[in-house]
Amino acid sequence: MSAYLSSLAGGMLIGLSAAILLVLNGRIAGISGIVGRLAQGANISVNLAFVLGLVAGPVLFLALFGSWPQVTITVGWPLIILAGLLVGFGTRMGSGCTSGHGVLGLARLSPRSFVAVLSFLTAGVLAVTLLRGMGL
Amino acid sequence: MTSRPAQIAAALLAGILFGFGLALSGMLDPARVQGFLDIFGNWDPSLAFVLGGAVVVAFAGVTLSKRMRRPVLDTQFHLPSNNRIDARLIAGSAIFGLGWGLAGFCPGPAVASLSLGLWQTMLFVAAMLAGMMVHDRAYRTQRAPAHRPA
Repeated sequence: MSAYLSSLAGGMLIGLSAAILLVLNGRIAGISGIVGRLAQGANISVNLAFVLGLVAGPVLFLALFGSWPQVTITVGWPLIILAGLLVGFGTRMGSGCTSGHGVLGLARLSPRSFVAVLSFLTAGVLAVTLLRGMGL
Repeated sequence: MTSRPAQIAAALLAGILFGFGLALSGMLDPARVQGFLDIFGNWDPSLAFVLGGAVVVAFAGVTLSKRMRRPVLDTQFHLPSNNRIDARLIAGSAIFGLGWGLAGFCPGPAVASLSLGLWQTMLFVAAMLAGMMVHDRAYRTQRAPAHRPA
């Protein structure tokens, strides 16, 4: 399967997951929100079930295709720590990430999420351009 | 019907679909994520199809939910009510985007790829949780003067 097709199919499954969580549980499938609420101990059983499923997803991929999905780490531990801190802090401050604002926000035609997506895409492009500029 | 076990089962199913979808889509690979963000260099646009496919299917779910008075397994929808486009939204999203670009991980793929057992993703998730806690403490301190005793 070409990279474009598998990306499209994977994306549609993510959308299906979001639709299921919304229609059945009435909840937004925003990963930073779900993980954050789980860390705070809110609604533990339901949030934990989602996170365990999320972690099990790549295992299902392994079972079906016989190999793990590709994960190529590109930076060393100092940048990994810095990036993790920024992602955690920023998603709390901006109330969402690629899933909550990106998938659900855009699907709900939320002006707030359009602005958030524009902001994090611009910053992401800036970060990669800076890395490339430094030869990383 | 409001059933906690059914809600847990629905969340588990949604989580598995989400994690499998991420694995299939290529979003778990930081090298590809950074390639997608590298629009001034060697741009790989394929991951745009992840967001496109996800938004189209999610939109169908949103449309269906708008015709429902309540979700199937709960008494009410739990949707964000904040409509404000403010500095917090823009700055927070920009800070997130910087981190996303630097390591090629956003929260979903980082948590999903914990299953591969790589120390780098464990370190990233630990740092992400720490970043969330730092924010919540700083924000509570910052907001404290607003909560005057009655």
